[in-house]
Amino acid sequence: MLYTNLKHLETAAEHARIISENENVMVVCGRMGPMCIPVYGIAEELEKDYSHVKFCDMEFDNPESHVIRSLPEVRGFMGIPFTIYYKNGKVVKATSSIQTKEQVKAILDKEFAAVVNA
Amino acid sequence: MLNAMNGINHYDAIVIGAGPAGLTAGIYLSRTKLKTLIVNEGTIGGQLVLTHEIANYPGVENISGYQLAMIMKGQAIRFGCDVKSNVSILNLELDGEIKRLTLSDGNTYTSYSIILTPGGRSRTLGVPGEDTFKGRGISYCATCDGDFFTGKEIVVVGGGNSALEEAVSLTQYASKVTIVHQFDQFQAFEHAVEEAGRNPKIQFIMESTLTAFYGNESIESVDIKDLKTGKTMNFKTDGVFIFIGYIPNTEFLKGKIALNKWGEIPVQPNMSTTIEGVYAAGDSTAKRFRQVTTAVGDGTVAALAASNYIHEYKVKQKQVTNA
Repeated sequence: MLYTNLKHLETAAEHARIISENENVMVVCGRMGPMCIPVYGIAEELEKDYSHVKFCDMEFDNPESHVIRSLPEVRGFMGIPFTIYYKNGKVVKATSSIQTKEQVKAILDKEFAAVVNA
Repeated sequence: MLNAMNGINHYDAIVIGAGPAGLTAGIYLSRTKLKTLIVNEGTIGGQLVLTHEIANYPGVENISGYQLAMIMKGQAIRFGCDVKSNVSILNLELDGEIKRLTLSDGNTYTSYSIILTPGGRSRTLGVPGEDTFKGRGISYCATCDGDFFTGKEIVVVGGGNSALEEAVSLTQYASKVTIVHQFDQFQAFEHAVEEAGRNPKIQFIMESTLTAFYGNESIESVDIKDLKTGKTMNFKTDGVFIFIGYIPNTEFLKGKIALNKWGEIPVQPNMSTTIEGVYAAGDSTAKRFRQVTTAVGDGTVAALAASNYIHEYKVKQKQVTNA
């Protein structure tokens, strides 16, 4: 179980529905480990600013996460979490292992458009 | 200029860092009814959340670092602390009776006292290719990524307790583990060295260091330089785990407060620093043992000393006003 405040994806079907119903989706697929927890924390922090992005997580050891683990974009990945960015259901970016807030923001801004402060 | 004394952004104390030292300081400060702000550049919990399981925290049989950190955070908030995480420090003024802190949220916060608990982070090699192959063969966490290396040959870099203990743990997965260490002997405890030495899957390359990483989709080889001869060899490997210690997160304090040659903050027994009203606690201070329990102890002492300082400051100000 992932102890985060993100939307949890439990099944491959739910994953498919979320990426089809939302234009911009970020899914952090990991465990409750040292490299993953900071990324969940960053996603939680950014969720309120990036209201045009749906932030989710998925347990790496859940067999249903094969939808992420078998993506061609994660071939060669050898560090969790696998973080996948979807636009209109298509993978536009994937990263492996821990990322900084600046790295995550740079991807969100590039792929999904930046947040404009009032 | 911000009206520090009346502004909503004025606090009695500001704690910079939200690991066990910072959260404990926040708990103690807010328990004494001092208006307290905790700010953190990363995720709440610091290096505590990087610990998979804690079995030696008194009073708690077994708990993950994340769960313990969340309990501490909850306590700090329930006692009245304001907590801001994942913010950057743009400016910090420690001199003078009123301390000032400007954050990336655009706000400036003031306080009578500041407790520095920025903690530390894993040291990286700083070698070409390290960023490229992070998560593609380079890892800093055996429990996270060990199973990706089942049946593979890997390198572990380092010679302290973490390096040797994690190397032994990685033999559950890897077919061969080569420990590369820059010195001719290990800094780890004797029992850790002996356990690694007894393991038939582990071999050692001493007085050597990694100088480059190579590969395509994932890492395929590294350059290992013999520090005695200066010769470099290319070494085939499927992965590299790096455990070469920690460095204090004190870059933002350079020129603002005295640091020792390792970038640590020297403190007195009451955790005071060279600047009046400024205290420090936890892994960023100059000390030998870095444990959750020692960080919690440091945070307690720093908070009590800061509380005393703030109380005396307020009494003095009242006397000046009444005079």
